[in-house]
Amino acid sequence: MTGKASVQNGASSPASRLSAAARRAWAIVAMPLISILLALVAGAFVMIVSLMLNGQPLDVGLVVRAYGALLEGSFGSTDAAVDSVVQSTPLILGGLAVGLAFKAGLFNIGAQGQFLLGALGAVAVGVALKGSPVPLAIAGALAAGSLAGALWGFIPGALKALSGAHEVVTTIMLNYIALGVVAWAVSGPLDTPVSLEPLTDDVGNAALPILIGRNGHAGIIVAFLAVAAVWWLLERTTIGFEIKTVGANPDAARYAGMHPRRMVALTMALAGALAGLAGTVVLLGVTRNMGVPYATTVGFDSIAVALLARSNPVGIVFSALLFGAMRAGAPLMSLRTNVPDQLIDVIQATILLFLVANVVIRRVLRLRGVEGSLGGTATITKSYGGEVTVR
Amino acid sequence: MTSNEPSQDTEPSPDAGAAPVIAPALEMRGITKRYTGVTANDRIDLDLRPGEIHALLGENGAGKTTLMNVLYGLARPDEGTILLDGREVQIDGPSAAIDLGINMVHQHFMLIPVLTVAENIMLGDESMRGPVLLDERDAKRRIVELGKRFGFEIDPDAKVGSLSVGWQQRVEILKALYRNARILVLDEPTAVLTPQETEEIFAVLRRLAAEGHSILFISHKLYEVLEIADRITVIRRGRVVGSRRPRETSEDDLAELMVGRGVQLVVERGESTLGPVALRVEDLHVNDDRGQEAVRGVSLEIRAGEILGIAGVAGNGQDELVESIIGLRKPSAGRVLLEERAVTGRSPRQLNAAGVAFVPADRQRFGLVTSFSVSECLVLTDYFRRPYASGIFRNDRAIHATAKERVEEYDIRTPSVDTRSGTLSGGNQQKIIVAREFARQLKLLILDQPTRGLDVGSIEFIHRQVITKRNAGTAVLLVSAELDEVLELSDRIAVMFRGAIVAVLDGRTADKNEVGLLMATGGRDPAAAKQGSAA
Repeated sequence: MTGKASVQNGASSPASRLSAAARRAWAIVAMPLISILLALVAGAFVMIVSLMLNGQPLDVGLVVRAYGALLEGSFGSTDAAVDSVVQSTPLILGGLAVGLAFKAGLFNIGAQGQFLLGALGAVAVGVALKGSPVPLAIAGALAAGSLAGALWGFIPGALKALSGAHEVVTTIMLNYIALGVVAWAVSGPLDTPVSLEPLTDDVGNAALPILIGRNGHAGIIVAFLAVAAVWWLLERTTIGFEIKTVGANPDAARYAGMHPRRMVALTMALAGALAGLAGTVVLLGVTRNMGVPYATTVGFDSIAVALLARSNPVGIVFSALLFGAMRAGAPLMSLRTNVPDQLIDVIQATILLFLVANVVIRRVLRLRGVEGSLGGTATITKSYGGEVTVR
Repeated sequence: MTSNEPSQDTEPSPDAGAAPVIAPALEMRGITKRYTGVTANDRIDLDLRPGEIHALLGENGAGKTTLMNVLYGLARPDEGTILLDGREVQIDGPSAAIDLGINMVHQHFMLIPVLTVAENIMLGDESMRGPVLLDERDAKRRIVELGKRFGFEIDPDAKVGSLSVGWQQRVEILKALYRNARILVLDEPTAVLTPQETEEIFAVLRRLAAEGHSILFISHKLYEVLEIADRITVIRRGRVVGSRRPRETSEDDLAELMVGRGVQLVVERGESTLGPVALRVEDLHVNDDRGQEAVRGVSLEIRAGEILGIAGVAGNGQDELVESIIGLRKPSAGRVLLEERAVTGRSPRQLNAAGVAFVPADRQRFGLVTSFSVSECLVLTDYFRRPYASGIFRNDRAIHATAKERVEEYDIRTPSVDTRSGTLSGGNQQKIIVAREFARQLKLLILDQPTRGLDVGSIEFIHRQVITKRNAGTAVLLVSAELDEVLELSDRIAVMFRGAIVAVLDGRTADKNEVGLLMATGGRDPAAAKQGSAA
């Protein structure tokens, strides 16, 4: 068999090509789907067990009612669906922030801090431009939010590039520092005298317009543009090629004349900008001002979003929608069935658990030809300051 | 030759000189192992008599490892049976195999460097005094006795990390003997040894066989197999394709069996005209990752159209030397000149642009990104240049077009250019790197272990490409732990020992044993080489 012949073998009949594509799609999607299903089963188990622990009669119907309410709360009406999208919007951007970093072999736990800084940057400029023309005010606030996030991402990136300080450690520390910065700014320079509590002014004209329903703000457009931009960056540019090479194999990157350290700093800044945008759209689209504490778990949920989607930009849209919809539906579930919101956290965490345990699950379910890797977990232990690889 | 009757030429029936019919110690019958889409072992029959050294010869990917995994209980065969002394056995895992007296010495030693010889050997089979206390004294006594029986004296208190590779291998063998192994499987045991060390291990193996141990010797080195084995079984693509006795066969015959076609083992070098000096290295000092000086004042020059081979046992500073020339490692002192212009400390990309190509020793670490497609790997060093990119925009069409050309020109066997490079065989992965590095005008070509772990066919192909480049006027620096490769290809041979070049020999007249001795001793004290443990 010559090389030529074997290359042509790849393109056989359209039917077999289609089935090959289907197999490929199944290989990629199977593990996430199975994990979600198993997590829902685990959630049901938790509900039943807590009934029993409380000495209440066994009621299997509760599971059906709770999940039914969850579904209705997330997609049962236009308002519900819009709310799901609104909840998903920052998760898409945050998921991109974590996913892009994964592509470069970096574990960005700092999306939370970058989110807060982004929101802070947006409120600072938004308040300053609240009387300006709407397009200018929005553009200015968006730019400020993403820049502030980028700065917060660049710091750990630069630290890693210069000294090898592991980004997991530095980003966690920066998350705490971000909390402090926000508290200081909101109770100090940005505080409005109108309120007794530490609270900023409203962003006025910089607020994102509501497009549909009660609260369907324009942030989703920003999110989709970001998905397209990240996809394009990764797949169609030399920068993306460098990011992926550095992430997959920093030694080969160096050999190929790339600069892994520079790429680390750049990627973290880009990731920070994306997480900053997540904070920005929540601030400009939902809260419109900033208080202390500025309660959010978007930065941490984003890690789950990225892991479930294996850092694929398009996959991130779907996994963000899943988590966003569950968040949106949870209140109705707890209203109707007394099952608390926290069940969502349980499900979300169990999904991750099953994804991490993919080796076991693939063996138990005898899954063949299914990809298991998380597309990121191997990077967690990587560092320039001496490898600590656990594999 | 069909695979259905593999045993036909296994038994040259009227063979008076061979041992009379003894029941085989081990018999594998009709072993078949399928993985999704691939039949790794297809009805393989193999038997091993007491006191016999039986070589299993085959290219990488021929199914040797799968067969050994079946024997060692690491893989369950889909069909077939294993018989020990005529009784059928089930081998569920390595511990079951060890209990049955089957032991394996892996290519990569399974030793713990910070522990002593005795501790390593006891590991997993500790002699106990009472329920908690180790009885190390008893173990040490047995280890020393075993060593003496097979012709070497070993210090059971020496730290394994301080032993030479050859002695570490003896520790592995001792470990097997300590567990009363009757059947010893050695997977590519000589891959990391010098010719002298190989001879010494062979002596040990012969002694083991004389005592009635059966040895299964896995290799792809033809001359070695001819030297050590009583019988040679060749497998190709999962099937037994023939069985020979050493005196009935030759290297060419075995190579043909192994590859399935005639192979030119030694590539015709042809003539080359020497040009001016292309690479000059002056008193180069380089530190390794731990900050120890690995290269201690190396000076060398290579002229255009010349191949300079560097022979040396792995770990004598070759990698650091090459990495500093290619810009991956900063030298602490000294100069590197390309066509008499100083390029010391230039980046890999600058050197690449200046006409330097590099085939790294660790192809999966440096040469490829295994999760990338073949086409992406083919432009790994050129991705930012026209026509593959304009500005920051990638031009996938140009990348694909070039990839298709290269795949054809360099005979890279891949389902498509979009296939992940990590899924290809080692030979084809190396061809990707060769295609990328060779497909342009070069002044200097640096090859570090260019054929390590490759099959005969790929080695032949790569050697041809190297010769072609040399004859076209490229200076070639070849680093290889395969002494035969250095001897075959080089116009001049420099022997590297402990970070320095201890001798430079003419490639046409260099003698293998002489080079081997220089590699092992640095030309200083030949007696020192016999003492394996470095103080």
